[in-house]
Amino acid sequence: MILRRVSPGVLVTAAMMVGVAVGAPLIVDQFQLLQLTVFASMCILALSLGVVWGYGGILCFGQSAFFGLGAYTYAVAAVNLGESTLAIVLSIVVPAVFAAALGYFMFYGRLSDVYLGVITLSVTLIFFNLTNSTAGDAYRIGSARLNGFNGMPSLPTFNVPGNPGRPLDPTETFCLVMALLLIVYVGLHALLASHFGRVVVAVRENETRCELLGYDVRRHKLLIFTLGGAIAGLAGSLFANWGAFVSPNVFSLTTTSQIIIWVIVGGLGTLVGPIIGCVAMQYLATELGTQQLANTSLIFGIIFLAFVLLVPRGIVPSLGALRARLFGARERQGAQARRA
Amino acid sequence: MMDPILQTIGLSVQFGGVAAVRGVNLCLAERELRCLIGPNGAGKSTLFKLLTGQLQPTSGRILFHGEDITGDHTHAIARRGIGIKTQVPNLFDGLTVREHLWLAARRTNPRARADAITDEILERVGLGPQAGGVVGRLSHGLRQWVELGTVLAGNPELILLDEPAAGMTHDEVARTAELVLEINRTHALIVVEHDMQFVRMIARTVTVMHQGAVLVEDTMGRILKNSAVRDIYLGKHGGA
Repeated sequence: MILRRVSPGVLVTAAMMVGVAVGAPLIVDQFQLLQLTVFASMCILALSLGVVWGYGGILCFGQSAFFGLGAYTYAVAAVNLGESTLAIVLSIVVPAVFAAALGYFMFYGRLSDVYLGVITLSVTLIFFNLTNSTAGDAYRIGSARLNGFNGMPSLPTFNVPGNPGRPLDPTETFCLVMALLLIVYVGLHALLASHFGRVVVAVRENETRCELLGYDVRRHKLLIFTLGGAIAGLAGSLFANWGAFVSPNVFSLTTTSQIIIWVIVGGLGTLVGPIIGCVAMQYLATELGTQQLANTSLIFGIIFLAFVLLVPRGIVPSLGALRARLFGARERQGAQARRA
Repeated sequence: MMDPILQTIGLSVQFGGVAAVRGVNLCLAERELRCLIGPNGAGKSTLFKLLTGQLQPTSGRILFHGEDITGDHTHAIARRGIGIKTQVPNLFDGLTVREHLWLAARRTNPRARADAITDEILERVGLGPQAGGVVGRLSHGLRQWVELGTVLAGNPELILLDEPAAGMTHDEVARTAELVLEINRTHALIVVEHDMQFVRMIARTVTVMHQGAVLVEDTMGRILKNSAVRDIYLGKHGGA
């Protein structure tokens, strides 16, 4: 039933992910493989906001709160347990529970868009300040010292489940991250094609009509927001594992604004868009980091402004609109009918 | 006498110092078709918002099948079986016509049944050719039909229609009237409409509202002869 609804574009994207997962380790060197690993991890983070904002219509300026919470949860749990499997699970569960609690007050309190943006942004900045001020021996959870602004170094990296003495090598880690990205991407598409997913989109389009049809708007928003928190948390654990390090920077304004820029550049209301935006901007950031001519943040700001002013819908929807104009409206209508 | 499907007791709502709805006692039988008329600002749409939980009454009660639904959430009231076509169509502009009907049907039906209902309603309201089109690009008249179809797909026991004929051509109005009478064979309806021609096509019992209160409730024939009604409303339209 769900396969029938999956569009060819999703299959092509999924196939490309598999291709990269299998092909990249054969072609690129270790340094580039590590780069690709962090790109893919961040793609999962981009997808988390892509679904919450692009499909749920929830303006979350603080997606980094869940990302950072996932990263810190992984760090603390891995240090204490000495084994990564349960730590990864916790890095999903803890941010999800936190997102559910935060979302409960926001959605059942009927807060509107602008307030959601302000509150979520404040929350991540509170975490930023909180973790920054945990320097000193007093701030420890179990045997894990939080170390304030210095961050937590030398974290245990992923190991084969149940075998802490056998860590994953860079190729295995890369394949794991790609597999998780694939699962999240395809899973979100399946979810959005389901009844629940259609209602989530309908809520974005018109809350009043949803309620008049008997759908509980608050519940649907809370569930999709919580799911977004869980996915961001997973991305956080992948990030912490990648550098074997986590610092308050995961909660910073820079991190949270980057996620927003990826989604804006790639395109709201698509899933492949945030992935493309994320990879393109990260590649650009890496390249810009190797030169001294211009400040990276400045260039990101210019790109962000250019997109908001010139390509407000982002790359993927704009390309879709261009294709529709080239091939005529008739085909587009047919495509929409198939999607429905 | 059947038990009423809907009853309001002293229903009132105030905005600041203005009483938009004042002590309305309405009683609707199962499968009744009631027309609600009155000049602009008489409180008709406000009454609909109270009935669907979009507004909370200042005082008074609403009973649906004898159960108190006053203060319930909009979605909870909809789940009990009250559907509404609002004055300005409330639609999902980015979604297709088909998706509208499907979302309404799917809430209470399994997927295959919802698909079947969607096709059936598309046929019934004549939206087959537009089924795959995005609703945001449709004309006002077609949007009215989409919303009507969406309400029908949800199959609520009581259907509220707020100006279903607005923005329609003469032929479309006649078709809407036919559809309303057809729906009435199985559902109770309250219809708010300004188009008196339309009201005459469908009306049995008519409730006239004026300044938030019920002025008179009678058959269409007697309403047309009522001098008070003429003064406030029909007279402006050239009378009967």
